[in-house]
Amino acid sequence: MDPKSAGTEKPLPLMEGTTAAFYGHCRNRELRFQRCTGCGRWRHVPRLCCSHCGSWDWEWARSSGRGKVFTWTVVARPMHPAFAGDAPYAPAIIELEEGVRMVSWVVDCPPEELATGMPVAVIFEDVTDEVTLPRFRRA
Amino acid sequence: MNALEGRACIVGIGDTPYLRESDGPGGRSLALELRASEAAIRDAGLRNRDIDGILPFYGLSIAEDLAVNLGVDDLRYQATSHVGGAGPGASLANAAMAVGSGMASYVLIPGGWYGFSGRRVRQIVVQDPSAMSGGANARDFYFPFGLTAPVQWFSFIARLHMDRYGTRPEQLGAVAVAQRKHARRNPGALMRDKPLSLESYLAAPVIADPYRLFDCSLEADGGAAFVVTTLERARDLRAQPVRLLGSAQGQPFPADDIVTREDVFELGLTRATARAFRMAGIGHDDVDFAEIYDPFSFQVIQQLEEMGFCKRGEGGAFVEGGRIEPGGALPVNTHGGLLSEAHILGMNHFVEAVRQLRGEAGERQVKNADIGIVTGFGDFGDGSIAILGR
Repeated sequence: MDPKSAGTEKPLPLMEGTTAAFYGHCRNRELRFQRCTGCGRWRHVPRLCCSHCGSWDWEWARSSGRGKVFTWTVVARPMHPAFAGDAPYAPAIIELEEGVRMVSWVVDCPPEELATGMPVAVIFEDVTDEVTLPRFRRA
Repeated sequence: MNALEGRACIVGIGDTPYLRESDGPGGRSLALELRASEAAIRDAGLRNRDIDGILPFYGLSIAEDLAVNLGVDDLRYQATSHVGGAGPGASLANAAMAVGSGMASYVLIPGGWYGFSGRRVRQIVVQDPSAMSGGANARDFYFPFGLTAPVQWFSFIARLHMDRYGTRPEQLGAVAVAQRKHARRNPGALMRDKPLSLESYLAAPVIADPYRLFDCSLEADGGAAFVVTTLERARDLRAQPVRLLGSAQGQPFPADDIVTREDVFELGLTRATARAFRMAGIGHDDVDFAEIYDPFSFQVIQQLEEMGFCKRGEGGAFVEGGRIEPGGALPVNTHGGLLSEAHILGMNHFVEAVRQLRGEAGERQVKNADIGIVTGFGDFGDGSIAILGR
């Protein structure tokens, strides 16, 4: 890697296995999480089997895409150079209606307007030809 | 009684100077680990080849790297715990079991890194994302959203605590200021000559809200090591042994994802601490000082709460008013900790605890130090606790 260009690209998920499946659904404008078909529990991040009931059977169940802001941070000094132009930006934990939580951004919302419990809904952003990230907007 | 009680002890400590010099050598950590190991073995009054067990820190040099250089030609036992900064405490328990069972006689626990002149966190996150806590999960589900470093994901937890319990920035600052006061009494601390007031703390730039500059530990070059054996063998050695009275480890669930936990404040220490105290047969009031793994200021408050020194939500008030400062009721990080001495992977916390219990801590010596605790904190909250006594 050319040291001068190192880090100018934003990090992307490694598109294999359940990660590829998760982001593949995002590419189709669907937010889907694993749901155990043994006990019905939703889960994220993807797992091989259910930590609650032990079942290896699961489906990619579609989320309503609605949730609320659980908490967030405001990154003033990015630790990854590719995000330098975004600072200050606010990675947030979103809690979906189905109970799972995930990391994302609330777009169109300045960091100082974020609030715990703020209702949000998913949108999708194609960041490369292959990768679509789920983001959120105030609902 | 239990298998560990009184039977294992630390008989040698060693360290290198702790430095932040941009023209430092960088590269692999082995030279620092070896220098610290040699010092610890000498401190114990042993020869290199007396060592027959080596328990390295995860991700650094492996046991045979150390053995071949030290001339350890009969390495009988080696192991590494994959718990990040909880590793030294986990390895101490492992060493105690090894010497107690006869698997090994003298166990070396080394650690060190070029954390300043070598690869720093901001380089690792670009070059090798899955080497960070959380591994592939963080790479795939945190990094794309700019959540790439510990200062960011731990700031989530600090904010939740502030929202839920009213913890204030001044209380995070009380940790940074107290540890700086300790460091000012420690000739080996990087911040020895730099006083820190609460006003300066509050005026410093935000890194990841609510964390400001002085909430963050000091990436540094340096190594530290210690040697463990049985109390019986220690009688023939020159140094006063420091005994391992109680020990425990734990992990929050799930350990590899910090955002989905049912109880967001849970740490490995939440359940481990009572086990360690029970093993040692002591209570919180018996603890004379605490060396608490401090990647960021709030993690000190959180660990004090989860260990039961105060109730959850009361940690902010607990650290105010001088309680954790020099001369306070519970001095915390008497060397300055990762915040103000140097980030030497928590290995320096053990070196400091031993110095305190030997009465060799100079102007920062805690009076009548009989019992001290050392915590480890790794990855997304893996925990270890060691209760040490003289």
